[in-house]
Amino acid sequence: MTLRKAVPLLLYFFFLLVPIYWLLNMSFKSNTEILGGLTLWPQAFTFDNYRVIFTDPSWYSGYLNSLYYVCLNTVISLAVALPAAYAFSRYRFLGDRHLFFWLLTNRMAPPAVFLLPFFQLYSSIGLFDTHIAVALAHCLFNVPLAVWILEGFMSGVPKEIDETAYIDGYSFPRFFVKIFLPLIGSGIGVTAFFCFMFSWVELLLARTLTSVSAKPIAAVMTRTVSASGIDWGVLAAAGVLTILPGMLVIWFVRNHVAKGFALGRV
Amino acid sequence: MNKVPNNKAWWLVLPVFLLVAFSAVVPMMTVVNYSVQDIFDASNRYFVGADWYRQVLRDPALHDALLRQFIYSGCVLLIEIPLGIAIALTMPTKGRMASVCLIIMAIPLLIPWNVVGTIWQIFGRADIGLLGATLAKLGVSYNYAGDPLDAWVTVLVMDVWHWTSLVALLCYSGLRAIPDVYYQAARIDRASGWAVFRHIQLPKLKSVLLIAVMLRFMDSFMIYTEPFVLTGGGPGNATTFLSQTLTRMAVGQFDLGPAAAFSLVYFLIILLVSWLFYTAMTHADKE
Repeated sequence: MTLRKAVPLLLYFFFLLVPIYWLLNMSFKSNTEILGGLTLWPQAFTFDNYRVIFTDPSWYSGYLNSLYYVCLNTVISLAVALPAAYAFSRYRFLGDRHLFFWLLTNRMAPPAVFLLPFFQLYSSIGLFDTHIAVALAHCLFNVPLAVWILEGFMSGVPKEIDETAYIDGYSFPRFFVKIFLPLIGSGIGVTAFFCFMFSWVELLLARTLTSVSAKPIAAVMTRTVSASGIDWGVLAAAGVLTILPGMLVIWFVRNHVAKGFALGRV
Repeated sequence: MNKVPNNKAWWLVLPVFLLVAFSAVVPMMTVVNYSVQDIFDASNRYFVGADWYRQVLRDPALHDALLRQFIYSGCVLLIEIPLGIAIALTMPTKGRMASVCLIIMAIPLLIPWNVVGTIWQIFGRADIGLLGATLAKLGVSYNYAGDPLDAWVTVLVMDVWHWTSLVALLCYSGLRAIPDVYYQAARIDRASGWAVFRHIQLPKLKSVLLIAVMLRFMDSFMIYTEPFVLTGGGPGNATTFLSQTLTRMAVGQFDLGPAAAFSLVYFLIILLVSWLFYTAMTHADKE
């Protein structure tokens, strides 16, 4: 890599990382130090902010709730999207193009006013304040995305493989699980990553569909605002902890993520 | 790939169809229902036809919000798309450095949206934030909570910080899909760097760019959480975007009818613009 190329890239990374560095820096400071003046490095290094989160159930249960519905959503999205993506990549059928565009339009509904109908819908079927409700609601935007990414990966698998398997006497389910799925393993990884990501960062629906027992971490964070002002240190620590799960997930798919979109159809 | 016509494939698509229809159609019909009725409570509701539509289409406050929204989305696209392409072009192509770059770039995408707002809220404050304090030291008057222009620029910079990586990741994956043969041919022809970009890379990026433009347009047009956390829509109405105006109408003032009517108009605008992008870019593909 030449210097001419490296400098703009480094500048961009600097721009990306500085706000995060500042959050991390603050999370290791006490509130008196935060409000006392700017220090580029914590003078009195402390884990107290993290201790608050890890010892208080109302804090850490927020993380567990979020992780629970995000994983549930990823599993559901993949389970329904895999056969559908196979159908889109292998067959032409009545209304396939319209169906695909319709799936994508579901990303376009402005969430603001749809919150109340969502709330009513899930209350009326008795799912309000459950993890499954949030997981199902997030399927609205994750399933179309999953179908689209998976279809790209599946189109890269030659069709002769399907035909050979049928000649060898494989039934469709057995062929799909035993032969086809291992071939698109990296695609499944990338899809899981994107489902995880979009479900993890979403707040509006998650907050509307839960009250106590499935409350996501993003909603718990408003607790730091109290009568005595905002508890900046704990807020920063909670923010840092919301970044970690995503970092873990991308670590596993880092070598495949670039392939995800290039093969997809438009 | 040749696709076989086979309507039995519907059985494979059916689960997706049912699942998405459950979460999409029922709420959508509820909103349509609201938009043609005047609702006082569960038993007192009157059919008002297209009255709410007439009302919201004449409402100057909504016109302003819509205009702000278009300007904002326009700025977002004008900055993020070229910047994303430029970053994708400068990224290393293989090896450990490429992985490291990908991971760093993905970080902002993985942060919950309200935390993104919180990060910038802290970062921009003059008393405890690095950015605010640095600008104050340099003698720049900057106050995102008081000055409309500062607030607006902060929201824009936050969006660039948050989402440029998505455009860059998409373009990067598009660039990786170009076979080496193309570059070798260009080298033989002694094509300039610009010519390689214009005639090889850009055409090959078209499909991922279409997706990037559509995703960025939709999401920036519906932006809610980040400015809400950062500025609460203020100062005044400088950063009150469309979805926030709608939420105020629906939840704050409980004007469900007009809010529903306008959100359908809103949805149609997004649909129309996305469709225009879609046909314009697929049409250019054929030529």
